[in-house]
Order: sequence, then structure tokens, then C-alpha cells
Amino acid sequence: MTDVASRLAARRGAIVRNQAFWGVIAIVLLLAVNVVADPGYLSIGYNSGHLSGNLIDILRASAPILMIAVGMCLVVATGGIDLSVGSIMVVAGAVSMELLSGMDGTTGDAALTLAIALGIATVLGAVNGVLVSVVGLQPFISTLVMMLAGRGIAKVITGGQNTTADNDSFAWLANGYVLGVPVVFLLAIVIVVLVALLVRRSALGLMLEAIGMDSRASRLAGVKRRSLQLTVYSVSGLLAGIAGVFATASVMTVDVSRTGYQLELDAILAVVIGGTSLAGGKFSIGGAVIGGLLIATLDKTVVFLGVPAAATPAFKAIVIVVLCLLQSERVRSLFRHRRALRAQSQKEAVAA
Amino acid sequence: MTVTTRPPTGSAPGTAPSLAERLGARLSARLSALPTVAALLIFVGMIIYGEAAYGRIVQFNTLSNLLVNNSHLIILAVGLTFVILTGGIDLSVGAVIAFSSVAGVMLSNAGWHPVAAVLVMVLIGSVLGLISGVLIQYFGVQPFIATLATMFLARGLASMLSTVPERLADDSAIRELATQLKIIDGDKVNDLVITPGVIAAIVIVVLGFLVLHRTRFGRTVYAIGGSEQSATLMGLPVPATKLGIYVISGTLAGIAAVVYTSRLGSAQNITGIGWELDAIAAVVIGGTLLTGGTGFVLGSVVGALVLGLMNVLITRDGGIRPEMTTIITGGILLVFVILQRVLAARRRATQG
Repeated sequence: MTDVASRLAARRGAIVRNQAFWGVIAIVLLLAVNVVADPGYLSIGYNSGHLSGNLIDILRASAPILMIAVGMCLVVATGGIDLSVGSIMVVAGAVSMELLSGMDGTTGDAALTLAIALGIATVLGAVNGVLVSVVGLQPFISTLVMMLAGRGIAKVITGGQNTTADNDSFAWLANGYVLGVPVVFLLAIVIVVLVALLVRRSALGLMLEAIGMDSRASRLAGVKRRSLQLTVYSVSGLLAGIAGVFATASVMTVDVSRTGYQLELDAILAVVIGGTSLAGGKFSIGGAVIGGLLIATLDKTVVFLGVPAAATPAFKAIVIVVLCLLQSERVRSLFRHRRALRAQSQKEAVAA
Repeated sequence: MTVTTRPPTGSAPGTAPSLAERLGARLSARLSALPTVAALLIFVGMIIYGEAAYGRIVQFNTLSNLLVNNSHLIILAVGLTFVILTGGIDLSVGAVIAFSSVAGVMLSNAGWHPVAAVLVMVLIGSVLGLISGVLIQYFGVQPFIATLATMFLARGLASMLSTVPERLADDSAIRELATQLKIIDGDKVNDLVITPGVIAAIVIVVLGFLVLHRTRFGRTVYAIGGSEQSATLMGLPVPATKLGIYVISGTLAGIAAVVYTSRLGSAQNITGIGWELDAIAAVVIGGTLLTGGTGFVLGSVVGALVLGLMNVLITRDGGIRPEMTTIITGGILLVFVILQRVLAARRRATQG
């Protein structure tokens, strides 16, 4: 009896210590705030064959964030970072809008455009990957260059214009419904589940974490560091490309200076909310998904309550700082440990 | 022990090791200065090319504009030299400038005394630098993550203040910091002019040089970059120094904000996007190793001027779109970082 109770208590402790749990609590709290402001906030309507309501809007808005958050999660697991996700989004958006604006609007055109846009996004991600894995540059420098150059590339592609295009099939990706649920959210979930199965049902996830913990040791243990890093940055680029397609297809316009702007902030925030340490070596895709949902909920809540949206980035940055501090608690205990060791060695030195 | 790759040139066998060592030392000293020399050669080469291809480069007007328009970048580059010498990074400088200049312009327009407004602008930089420094030094957060967080924070705070261009009142005393002082009166508009901003930049460069090469603080900066552990074991004040360099970098970003705002006469929350890349590129082009330990302030000044001159040449050429600038800057940065890695590898090979 007491055994069961203690095990339950331990389980509860584990859940409470799990950072993603606090993410869920935060989502519930935000929704509760909305319900207080408007009791009908959570109601889900059903009209003309699809669900509608604020919750559905949140799900739809979360799709691009989920994509970049999962990509970032994998990169962070290897001890790296990808600052270029927002810029790769705008490049993918620019490529698709520029291509579609010169086409007829058939489904085939949409498919071709999608393939080219995602291909270019993957190539940009692979460039990051080569710079990090083969050339051996620090990840933040390589991806910082890509972050700033990427927006330049997008501007070159569209000639500095905000290109608009028309293609019903392409727009369906972001605005359509299947079984009443937004396509964009279903696609995002399918992709997340695929990635999660791939890394957690195979040894891939462990290998990524091994690189993040100690790149040298992982190499000695036979992990192919270079090809894995190359893959991870390419996948991050691909997912950012998908996010860019989602973000531009909903309005069928690419805004070269605003699409994906500062979304690396959202991706990093989603990852740290999910309990993934930015120091690398461990990751949680489920946590990143909760983080992404929380950010989408936060964005929608801010708009819904009429709080000036300009304050959101500063608030998000403060949350990142606080979560970084919480994560560094471990580092501090390490310091305490080392200090104790040093004191001990000093004592021994005095004794000798 | 002996250098196998470069046999000593025909000296007596008895003296060979010491000679070889001296040769190796001389060679490595040359190698560390090589990128700076390269930057200087590139600068001279660009001037010659510009003069030959477009004309009107080697004249007072163009050269003083080069200094006036890039004084803020020079100031930023000096700050980042300190940070990069320790092996750290400061990604927040561009965003600090945005927040500081928007706040300064608004305060000044609200009737604050210009001296007080300028002081607040500089202090904003110091405080944000202090936040980064505390996160890095006392909470063990990686420099790029801590300064990324301050970057998002400063950008967010700037957006909170205003999202539209804030114009500095025409009669504001801050504008006088950009008064053009004629040094040499050439024919027509071909004058050698400097502004108080340029004087500030020159003073900061000289101070930076003196601090790095003539003070205990400066030597500690180099020692941390060489090996933080060794510096700690030598009993150098590592924590205070590391905190200090981020405060210096932030403060200089604040000063750069004053210089830039006084010249432009307005400020916006999107001011300074990508300037961290420019400043890092200036430092790296100037021959400072991104991994720390080796580098010169004067090299960073040359690096900043190379970037400034590049902008002038791009404008003169007219065939290259301005959107390409960030792509080119990023490309140059990557080339130099790769060059550094090659040189570092060769130095390891020569030193055995």
C-alpha cells in the first residue's frame, strides 16, 4: 500500500519536475484568462463543413511554430543552434510566391512549386550543415550569416517586392479543412509524429544527444558526427521551409521583411519551454510541441485581450532569460561541487 | 620536438633546436598578424580598384564620409574585439542600439536635457551588457545564448517604446554631435571634415588599444582567450574581467547609438538589424581569432573600414543590388573564418 503511494508520489514528482508540465499549466491558465474575458471563448462552432472557433485558430497558428520548433529541437540536441529558421521561412515563401505568380494556378503547379521551395530550403539548411560539420564553424556564426543573408536572398528573389500569387491548391494547404480540422495543423502533427518516431524509435535520437553531450566522445563511440550534423541542419532547413509555405500560403503573399521575422525567438522559446537544455545533450520533441502550442496560445491571447502586441517579444525574451537561469541551476550545483572539491584539495595540500 | 615540416636553413646542428624554435615562434607571430596584414592589403587594394574603376575615391570628401558614416561601426567593432578576444560573442549590439536610440530620441523629445538623454542612452547599453555578463559569468549560460536573449529583449523593449520612426527634434542639442567640422578646406565640397562622432570613435579606438595592450585588464582579456582555465589557475581576476568586457561592449553599443542617432536624426525599433554581423565581420576581417586569444583593436578598425568601403563601392557600381550587401558581408566573414581555421591548423602543425 505504502509502496504504491510512494511510487505515485515519485511519479507525481517526476511530472511536476518535467518542464513541459508547466507548459501545459501555462496554456490552461492563458485559456482560463480568455474565458474570464469572454465566457464563450472555448466554444467550437461547426459551419459549412468545418470547425471554427478560437481553439481552432490557435491550432492553425501553431503549425508553422511547431515545424521550426521541432527542427530547432533536433539542432539544439546536438549542442548547436539554428538562427536562420525565420530567414529560411521567408526564402521558401518568396520562392513559392514568385513561382506561383507566373503560373496558371493548377494543382500540378502547386506541387511543383512546393517541391522547389522545400528543396531550396533544404539546400540552405544543408549549407549551414556543411559549415558546421565539415568546415567546423561555430553553429551560431554559420546560422547567423544565413539568418541575415537569407533575408537578402529573399529580397533578391522577389526584387524587393512583396509578391502576391493566386493558387487555390496552394492556399488550401494553409486554409483548407479535412474532416473539419485545418489541414495545416493535421500536416504539422503528421510531420511531428514522423520525426518523433524516426528519432525515438531508432538510435538516431540517442546519437544526436551523444553529439550534444560530448562531440569527441561520441566520435570515439562510433557516431558519425559529420553526416548526422549535416542531416540535422538540413532537416531544420526543410522544416523551416514547410513553415514558410504554411505562413505565406494562408495569405498568398510573402512580406520579405516581416514573414518569419524573429521567429527564431519563438522556436528557441518553444524548445526551452519544453525542457530541452540549450547546452545540448538532451531533447524532448513532445516538450517542443507543447512549447509551440503555448506560444500560439500566447500570441492569440495577446491579440484577443487587446494588449499591445509590441510587448510580446520583450515578454518572450524575459521568459527565455528566466528559463536559461533555471536550466543553469545544474551548472551552479556543479560549481558548488567543484568548490567543495577545491576546498578539500586545499585542505589536503595544507595537511601535506 | 624539432620542426620536421620546415628544416632549419643550413645552421650548425648544435644550435638547430633553438634556432628552429625561434623560427617557429617568429613564424607563428607572423601567422597571427597575417590576417590583419591581409585586411590592410585588401583595404588598399579596394581603394586602388575603386579609384581606377569609378574614380573620386582618393579624395577628402569620400574618405571623410567613410569615417563619418562608419564611426558607429568602428565603435561597435572595438567593443566586440574585447568580447571576441576572450572567446565570447555579443549578438546583442544591434538590438541595444535600436533600444538605446529609440529611448534617447523619445526622452529628448519629451523635454529631457540632452546630456541626461545621452547619458541614459549609454547607460542602457551598460545595463544590457551587464545582464549578458551576469548570465554568462554567474549562471554559466553560453555567451551566444545569453546575448541572443538580450538581443531579443532589447529589440522587444524597443518595439514596446515605438514601432514607427521617431524623429529627433530639429533644435535638439544631440544633433550637434554630428556637426561637420572642417579640417582642411578643399575646393568646392571636397573638404576633409570630421564630426564629434568621429572624434569619439578615434578616442575609443585609442583607449581600447591602450587598455588591451598596456593594462592588466587587457592582458587578462588575452589570457582568458588563450585558456580560461589557465588564466584562472594563474590567479587572474577572470570573473570580473569577463563581466567587464560585456559591460564594455554594451556601453560602447550605447555610445554607438548616440553617434548614429545624432547623425541620422531619427531612430526606429528596426534600426541596427544585422549590425552584429557587420561588427563581428569587422573584428574577424581585422585578424582577431573567433576562438579568442589573438587579435588587435586596430585590425578591427581596418575591418570596419573595409566593410564601409565595400558599401561605397557597391553604391558607386550601381550594378549590385543593395540587398546583396548582407550576403556579401556574410560571405566575406565566412571566408575569413575559414582562413583562420586553416591558419590555426597549420600553426598546430608547425608547433608540433
